[in-house]
Amino acid sequence: MENLNALVEAALAEVEEAGDIRALDDVRVKFLGKKGEISALMKGLGKLSAEERPKAGAVINEGKQQVQAAISARKTLLEEAALAEQLASETVDVTLPGRGEKPGNLHPVNRMRRRIEDFFLRLGFDISEGPEVEDDFHNFEALNIPSHHPARAMHDTFYFGDGRLLRTHTSPVQVRVMEQGKPPFRIIAPGRVYRCDSDLTQTPMFHQVEGLLVDKGITFADLRGTVAEFLRFIFEVEDLPVRFRPSYFPFTEPSAEVDVGCVSCGGKGCRVCSHTGWIEIMGCGMVHPKVLEHGGVDASEYSGFAFGMGIERITMLRYGVNDLRLFFENDTRFLSQFS
Amino acid sequence: MLVNEAWLREWVNPAVDTDTLVKQLTMAGLEVDGVEPAAPAFTGVVVGQVESCEQHPDADKLRVCQVTNGSETVQVVCGASNVRPGLKIPFAQVGAKLPGDFKIKKAKLRGVGSNGMLCGASELGLEDRIDGLMELPEDAPVGSDFREYLQLDDAVIEVDLTPNRADCLSVRGIARELGVMNQSPLTEVAVNKVAPAIDDTLAVTLADSESCPRYLGRVIKGVNVKAETPLWMVERLRRAGLRPIDPIVDVTNYVLLELGQPLHAFDLARLNGGITVRKASSGEKLLTLDDQELTLRDDTLVIADDREALALAGVMGGKPSSVTDDTRDIFLECAFFSPLAIAGKARSYGLHTDSSHRFERGVDPQLQHDAIERATSLILEIAGGQPGPVTEAVDEGQLPRQAEITLRADHIEGLLGLGLPAEQVEDILSRLGMEISTREEGKEWTVLAPSWRFDMAIEQDLIEELARIYGYEKLPSRVPAGSPSGDTVGEHVVGLRRLADTLIDRGYLEAITYTFVEPGLLKQVEPRVEPLPLLNPISTDLGVMRTTLLAGLFSTALHNLNRQADRLRLFETGLRFVPTEQGLEQTPMIAGLLYGSAQPQNWEGKRPVDFFDLKGDVEALLSLSDASAFRFEVGEHPALHPGQTAALKRDGDVVGYLGRIHPRLAADLDLPAQLYAFELALEPLQQGILPGFTGVSDQPRMRRDLAFVVEDSVPAGELVAAVRSACDERLTDVRIFDIYQGDSIGKNRKSLALGLTFQDRSRTLKDQEVNDLVDAVVSQLKQQFNAALRD
Repeated sequence: MENLNALVEAALAEVEEAGDIRALDDVRVKFLGKKGEISALMKGLGKLSAEERPKAGAVINEGKQQVQAAISARKTLLEEAALAEQLASETVDVTLPGRGEKPGNLHPVNRMRRRIEDFFLRLGFDISEGPEVEDDFHNFEALNIPSHHPARAMHDTFYFGDGRLLRTHTSPVQVRVMEQGKPPFRIIAPGRVYRCDSDLTQTPMFHQVEGLLVDKGITFADLRGTVAEFLRFIFEVEDLPVRFRPSYFPFTEPSAEVDVGCVSCGGKGCRVCSHTGWIEIMGCGMVHPKVLEHGGVDASEYSGFAFGMGIERITMLRYGVNDLRLFFENDTRFLSQFS
Repeated sequence: MLVNEAWLREWVNPAVDTDTLVKQLTMAGLEVDGVEPAAPAFTGVVVGQVESCEQHPDADKLRVCQVTNGSETVQVVCGASNVRPGLKIPFAQVGAKLPGDFKIKKAKLRGVGSNGMLCGASELGLEDRIDGLMELPEDAPVGSDFREYLQLDDAVIEVDLTPNRADCLSVRGIARELGVMNQSPLTEVAVNKVAPAIDDTLAVTLADSESCPRYLGRVIKGVNVKAETPLWMVERLRRAGLRPIDPIVDVTNYVLLELGQPLHAFDLARLNGGITVRKASSGEKLLTLDDQELTLRDDTLVIADDREALALAGVMGGKPSSVTDDTRDIFLECAFFSPLAIAGKARSYGLHTDSSHRFERGVDPQLQHDAIERATSLILEIAGGQPGPVTEAVDEGQLPRQAEITLRADHIEGLLGLGLPAEQVEDILSRLGMEISTREEGKEWTVLAPSWRFDMAIEQDLIEELARIYGYEKLPSRVPAGSPSGDTVGEHVVGLRRLADTLIDRGYLEAITYTFVEPGLLKQVEPRVEPLPLLNPISTDLGVMRTTLLAGLFSTALHNLNRQADRLRLFETGLRFVPTEQGLEQTPMIAGLLYGSAQPQNWEGKRPVDFFDLKGDVEALLSLSDASAFRFEVGEHPALHPGQTAALKRDGDVVGYLGRIHPRLAADLDLPAQLYAFELALEPLQQGILPGFTGVSDQPRMRRDLAFVVEDSVPAGELVAAVRSACDERLTDVRIFDIYQGDSIGKNRKSLALGLTFQDRSRTLKDQEVNDLVDAVVSQLKQQFNAALRD
């Protein structure tokens, strides 16, 4: 039995010395395994008498358990240390920036275009498009602007010399839509338009949105209401002052210019509104019967309204862009500000 | 048009201030662009008179003058060459404050005391020209305040008229509108028939009475063209932006401003025979007043004598027949030209005049008699002379008729959404000068528009007038009831927004570049297509319509790289314009450009973008619709690197290209060679498919990895396609997981490692079945590409 005590002592010492789980397991096998040194003592029990055997067995078991408990305790200790080490080695600097691409963004003009589209989509309008290289008929004639009309002088037109031209406004889409369908019509037509003009306030290409609603019983009141709602939506000003002024477009009658209270100064007068308190925002009117006729719509049965606005102008007002030309320079330092 | 308030108020004087008046005009559709004072602010200036002048003892150019302000006489030193005893001038007294905050103090000029300043018009801000002292007429009351004397506390109102309101291109026209709005009476200027003093006339022939239905002429003999135009007239002309020329021209200009009728005066001595209004003969020459030698076309209306064309009708007079300093006798013309005959003509000869501006928009066809009488009276008053009788050549049948329009109450309500009471309808229209007769009490009227409202043609015109005078702001407003949109967009359609957003989420910024580009650049980027040139480009570098969006993106890249950008991800959508034999194709495209590091620079170091970053972005776009419908093939594009260009095909048609910029083009454009770009037709990317559920299989998947050695030139895509074609639907996935090149497999060869996944939907595959499939693949690749399994 001294032998047992010595073995237990030795085992406990080796457990303490075991530096990792594997070494610890080696210790377990060495002393407690099937062929382990302590297990071997059990085999020696057979030589003892029947009276001595249980007592001696209990003593050996006690020693075995003592060693087993030490191994378990050591194992837990080692596991925790190993985990702690793993965690320490896996620590990252969480303040370093994340990996991967950051989203870009839309061009500010198209950002505004989407917002405009969203409003009219909610009202049940469709989005229509038309060619940018247009013919004289759709750009002018069908819109009641015959060749001698002084309004043509206001549209500095790019020509190709064969009757074709770059559309000067999105209004020709009105006619194309009417030609190709049957009333009622509810469309908006956003897109690029062109005027042969370039200075501080004009670029030879810009964007417009045309709107057209033709149905039975449509009046000037519907136009006023739609436009006013739209402008309040765009500028997110609940009580935005909106003003309709008589004006003239060959393709509408009556015609109006629409002003909004200056969103920059709130109507007090500033540089943005030329100290008038008002900003001209769009042209509109009731579709001229001749235009309905050109579109194949019976003007005695249907009436409608149309409007057109420049997207750049609204974009400038909305985001505080002070130079129109920035839109087409495509400097990424400019573009990336509209995310 | 510039109109001054004081003149306007002589015609109509409502009890409203300037601000209100201006707002009324704007809200009536006569948009006011600006209001400027008739003269800048100054004080302390009176009408003075020079009593005597003496030479300054020490200065050649200075005179020492005694000047009276009516109550006292002071000494003033003056350097103007036109100073002389008796002259009346604006006199800035000591203490006066002139424009530019210039204070007049007692001063000594070369030792001589001076108490004030005699002023020229420029010193008072009335004119730009420096031209000696401003000479006032003899009847100017000495001592009176100069501002009051010239009514300088006046506003010049700039009205931006729409082309339909030619009737407002005069003081009278705008006064009419103000009268209607304020219900104020109009004080018409008195027009008296001038009795002829002589019998001289010129015969007038209307050779084209459709273009010129009315032509009035009058001979006036013995006018003094050197007479001084009165200051009040000069001032009114000045406030309208016109300079005084001579009394005859000044009067015709004045009547044009006052009544809206352009007139022209010829030097009678320069005319040969009678006047004919005719079309020019092609090639006929005319030297205009502004010294341009015009070669006329035969669509151009001219005023001619028996020998030659004298004037471009309704546009500008000719130099040889114009009134000069030597003119004694004049022939005064006052005509009505049809707008269609004049429209566009001035512009076609590079001209634009006050006269053409009015005639092409329209002049009251009943105005000519009044205008010629008014002009005659003023000429006689200022320049004297003996008037002959007015002769009139007219073709009444060709004169515009006053429109007679039927107006129905229910149409008013139908258009405006508001029923106006009959009395109000009748009141507004009659205030506008319309003659109304009732056809059905309160329901239907016949309306005759006045001769000056030639813009009235249809019922809607009248309804607009009602709305305008009633006030747009008082009309009702409502949002029309919504109704479902007419078009149904198929669920399978991939919207442009989705495509754009995908690129945006992958780091792209959207650009919008001009659709017209520099022809040289376009030729470099896409030499295969002859672009559509603009006839009148804004500049040569915006001369042709783009045939590819790449040109604009390359320019944009250069712009940004020149500004220190080190990484670019840009895209644009829009039309490209390709002329074909079938006509011009205007095709919506989407194009993108990549440059710089593959990811935003971070702490891991950076890898530059390569072809596969570009392709990954394109594949992301394709996966929105139906990626399996597309094929990438080795492609050729003049702007792209021949070894790094793919053509994208859908159903066998090329729908776009992607690749690295061609090094030669990069060098030519001063762009880096590591630039990648794609351009794809939009429409094929939008044709997606409706999802269809095919069930989820719980059967085990079996994967076999095979490495094939093939010639370098074998495209991996074709190899994969061959694998697919060798198997049936039990092959669920093929992917390339390794590419190896090296000595161990021989030169010009590569090893492609393929992972094949097999699965049956309904049962577990047996090993033998998979082996059979693999064998089929191996033999197919062997046959097609001479591919060997790598050991």
